[in-house]
Amino acid sequence: MEFSISNKAKVFTTSLMVIGLLFTAIGVFTSMNEHHFETRLLTNGLINSFFFFAIGLGALFFLALQYATETGWYASVKRVIEAVAGYLPYGMAMLALTLLTITFMKGAHIYLWMDPEYTTEGTHHYDSIIAGKAAYLNPIFFWIRTLVYMAVYYLFLRGFRMRSLEEDRIGGTDLHFKNYRKAATFLVFFAVFSSTSAWDWLMSIDVHWFSTLFGWYTFAGMWVSTMTVLVMLTLYLKKLGYLPKVNDSHIHDLGKWTFATSFLWSYLWFSQFMLIWYANIGEEVVYYITRIEHYKMMYFGMFLINFAFPMLILMSRDAKRNAGILSFVGVIILIGHWLDVYIMVSAGSLGQSAKIGFLEIGMAVLVAGFFIRVILNNLTKAPLTPVNHPFLDESIHHEI
Amino acid sequence: MAEKVIYAMYDDDDVLKDGAKKLVAKGVKISEVFSPFPIHGIDPIIGIKNTRLGIMAFLYGLTGLLLATIGMRFFMVVDWPMNIGGKPNFSYLDNMLAFIPITFEFTVLCAAHGMAITYLLRNKTLPGMPAQNPDPRTTDDKFVIEIRLSENDKFTSDELEGMLKETGLIELDQKEIK
Repeated sequence: MEFSISNKAKVFTTSLMVIGLLFTAIGVFTSMNEHHFETRLLTNGLINSFFFFAIGLGALFFLALQYATETGWYASVKRVIEAVAGYLPYGMAMLALTLLTITFMKGAHIYLWMDPEYTTEGTHHYDSIIAGKAAYLNPIFFWIRTLVYMAVYYLFLRGFRMRSLEEDRIGGTDLHFKNYRKAATFLVFFAVFSSTSAWDWLMSIDVHWFSTLFGWYTFAGMWVSTMTVLVMLTLYLKKLGYLPKVNDSHIHDLGKWTFATSFLWSYLWFSQFMLIWYANIGEEVVYYITRIEHYKMMYFGMFLINFAFPMLILMSRDAKRNAGILSFVGVIILIGHWLDVYIMVSAGSLGQSAKIGFLEIGMAVLVAGFFIRVILNNLTKAPLTPVNHPFLDESIHHEI
Repeated sequence: MAEKVIYAMYDDDDVLKDGAKKLVAKGVKISEVFSPFPIHGIDPIIGIKNTRLGIMAFLYGLTGLLLATIGMRFFMVVDWPMNIGGKPNFSYLDNMLAFIPITFEFTVLCAAHGMAITYLLRNKTLPGMPAQNPDPRTTDDKFVIEIRLSENDKFTSDELEGMLKETGLIELDQKEIK
């Protein structure tokens, strides 16, 4: 069945973008003369380009995971996953643009290590710790890594999509096994890149600080955001009468993923926090001291929302099959995880002068509108059911 | 009081499931199905209520949570205040982070063991207990439907047997049980 974007959805996404643009403009004009304006603007650029890029990347990872494990149930929602993954090129372009601007502004007080003022001996701000990391954290190597990550993600995404559409035409199991091998390869790359890219793009903002767990923590946040988007998009399509082959069991499974990945994220949040609290080493606790001093309510509130909320509400089987409850929880924890990324970036770049105003809300709404529109547009480009998927029959009869 | 019971044996779980659907549609009450493995989707067909094991799991988990909290507060704070990384050692709340992993583990331990033992007790399948199934072959590759005459007043035993024979069974047996 072919999908077409309804007028309502067009109006909704367009108004999201217009409102976002308006708010951003108000935010820019009212805070233009502030001391940290450029940093604030680029911080927001980084937050929103990374957050939505990560949802696309999470979908690509999830798709590869299904291929590599030869899962059956997901076949009838495969195009939904592909549509979300299809945002990746746009997300990467936006992220690359933000990073490029930051690089040209010598780090813009976001990446201090990009500023020679901190790494050259004898200068006023010289910092021996940052200089000590220069072998890894320098603009040239940073860009080599960034481009490699993006190239690998893009090539695999293009390959998966191409073979998926080809499968619709010719069928057979050759493509299936090729996908299986490619997905396993992708997961190997992703296992390394998901950690190192999180260090490069996010952890290096708090340049003195480091945590080996940080990559997995970011990855878990990305995964749970992806699952909420997938479950809400599937529910939306079902409500409009598309995806007739998707039954309660598929929704239940997607709900379980949301529930489980929320736990994964909470587990990693807690592990990182507890180990650092326990050891109480000055160079490690500084990260949490910043957050507890300036973001106490938001930081712990965000943890409670992202952990307790899905746990208590999504625990029962009936809740995971109820469209209303799932979308309600989905929207709340999506905001919760946006806040997580917000704190991750702004606490390092702006510290105590960070605040949520027109600029922050405006840019988030703007990119969200664009994100939804791109995904809906991706859905129109292929039939919603992959007709020749070898596991389609199993997926149609999925019952749990 | 002795009771008459009919056992119908099948060699395929799908045949049994279809047969059970037909019988239930005619108003027959099936009291039990014996199978070497769980038959997917049989519960709603023969009208088995949802298990209450989940409620017990919650209660066992809560017990574990409370025991762990009370225990650790006594061991680590009251009885012998333990120095945890130089942190204040007279307060449970200030050190709670350190106790969360063990609290979590003990909650899971109590919930899992409690559930397993409850399950075995409720099914009367603790090690050494006498077997309940009517035929040892139901632990191998055969499936049996049990129908009690006392629960099916509307039908005579001949009627029931007649209906059962239409469902593709391979053996039919009648027993008097206590």
